[in-house]
Amino acid sequence: MIEGRLTKLLLRVWVVLVLLFLFVPIALIVLYAFNKSNVQGWPPSGLSAKWITVAWHDSQVRSALLLSLKAGLLATAVALLLGSAAAFGVHRFSFFGREAVSLLLVLPLALPGIITGIALNSAFQYVGLNLSLLTIVIGHATFCIVVVYNNVIARLRRVSGSMYEAAADLGAHGLFTFRTITAPMLSTALLSGALLAFALSFDEVIVTTFTAGAQNTLPLWIFGAIRLGQQLPEVNVVVVFVLLLTVIPVAVAARLAGSQSAARALT
Amino acid sequence: MSATVEVRKGPAKAAGPTAGISRFLWRHPWLRGLATLSPPLAWFLVIYLASLVVMLLTSFWTVNTFTNQLQHTFSTANFSQLFTGTYLDIILRTVLMAAAVTVTDAIVALPFAYFMARVATARTQRMLFTAIMLPLWASYLARVYAWIVILQKGGVLSWSFQKIGLGTVNIGYTNTAMWVVFCYIWLPFMIVPVFGAIERIPDSLLEASGDLGARNWRTLRSVLLPLALPGIVAGSIFTFSLTLGDFITPLLVGGTNSQLIGNVIYSNIGTADNLPFAATLALVPIVIMIIYLTGARAMGAFESL
Repeated sequence: MIEGRLTKLLLRVWVVLVLLFLFVPIALIVLYAFNKSNVQGWPPSGLSAKWITVAWHDSQVRSALLLSLKAGLLATAVALLLGSAAAFGVHRFSFFGREAVSLLLVLPLALPGIITGIALNSAFQYVGLNLSLLTIVIGHATFCIVVVYNNVIARLRRVSGSMYEAAADLGAHGLFTFRTITAPMLSTALLSGALLAFALSFDEVIVTTFTAGAQNTLPLWIFGAIRLGQQLPEVNVVVVFVLLLTVIPVAVAARLAGSQSAARALT
Repeated sequence: MSATVEVRKGPAKAAGPTAGISRFLWRHPWLRGLATLSPPLAWFLVIYLASLVVMLLTSFWTVNTFTNQLQHTFSTANFSQLFTGTYLDIILRTVLMAAAVTVTDAIVALPFAYFMARVATARTQRMLFTAIMLPLWASYLARVYAWIVILQKGGVLSWSFQKIGLGTVNIGYTNTAMWVVFCYIWLPFMIVPVFGAIERIPDSLLEASGDLGARNWRTLRSVLLPLALPGIVAGSIFTFSLTLGDFITPLLVGGTNSQLIGNVIYSNIGTADNLPFAATLALVPIVIMIIYLTGARAMGAFESL
């Protein structure tokens, strides 16, 4: 297909419009975080950093942030262990069910989060487990595992099997091979998987709604405040903070493993 | 000379217990696979799949209206309630919304993905990919919130419309607002797989189509679109499925007439406190997705995957 001049021009215009559609809203809320007034109208009457200080000293925001950090780190740790184990198993060992395993792992992300949320909530009630940090972590880890899995298996596919055989021929046993061959080759994939898992967990709100009970993670605090229409100037600030804590790890992960692999970890 | 070289099969004979273990595992690869696969599989079977089963069971239970306790006795009352006018309307609205969002995102994504894959230079392509990946991962709540700020009374949108002289526009808290926000949130999920599909189409196929006398429009319709379809379907699994279960967007930017399945599930956990009915409702998106995927498969959407 040879695109004429006009077609190319129209495509360019389309691309620019889509980019504006994607990024103008994000730019706007970043601007609103510095809104001086507590009225949300446009244009903002002036710029100030005062709401950042207010939000930072809000004890509710602080405890929600702490809970989100704890949940994110623990879920990431679980996802790292189980996700890379699954990747090793599926990669090194071709068996009839490997497609089924991949499908099973991606299910919590491909099915609406509300299903995972209600399913876990029913199960926790059934076994009499009270909603707590533990239940939040269980929920988050379940949908984060696939992110680490996708990153690690993509890397394993690029590592040639002859490396392991060479190591074995040179007399290296399992642990030594792991330390000198597998680990260095996987380190960036693991790190980027961990960053992506953390970003996913830190922002998650739908599953968390059904697994957190009375506690607030940061997204739950934001959701509650928006619904009540309260503390909106603080919401402006906290929302941008969450935005940064999702975008920065992802940008680093994309540097480490390439933006294609970062995108494919999810889709 | 060559006779002195010992050709070893398998790993060298290193000493020590770990060497023994690694030798054993090397000779029994299925055991190695099993050892690494079983913890994650156990997690998914014991926690995820078992929870889905409990949810299915819960959907047949009821709540005692006096004590508010779950009654573990089999009843199809929830399903009879589900098939009444109110809930069927909500299910229909949700499916229509999911379909509208999917179609819109596919239309928006196609030219964009085409440009990325076939027109852009390698450098521009990398830049665009990053530009898609950031909103794909950027905080969901922040992006919904941005639209509340844009669409509200006296927000950016109505301000801009007045400045250009297009009169007042007030789509905040309506189904239209919900449609815009869903399209916005899920758009990157559509662009990434569509780009992947278009990128994989060999140039020669498009050239052959031209050599055989097809104009661009015909090539687009008969060659490019069918080959891009698996990508569109892959993207639509996300746009469709994620819309089916969302309750944040309808609650935050929808209006009084914007109840989706997700909202109703949410209110049955919160205010109404009826977990069995919530579980029944949560089965609806699963069933719809199964029908959707079966239909897509019957249409041959997965054949070229």
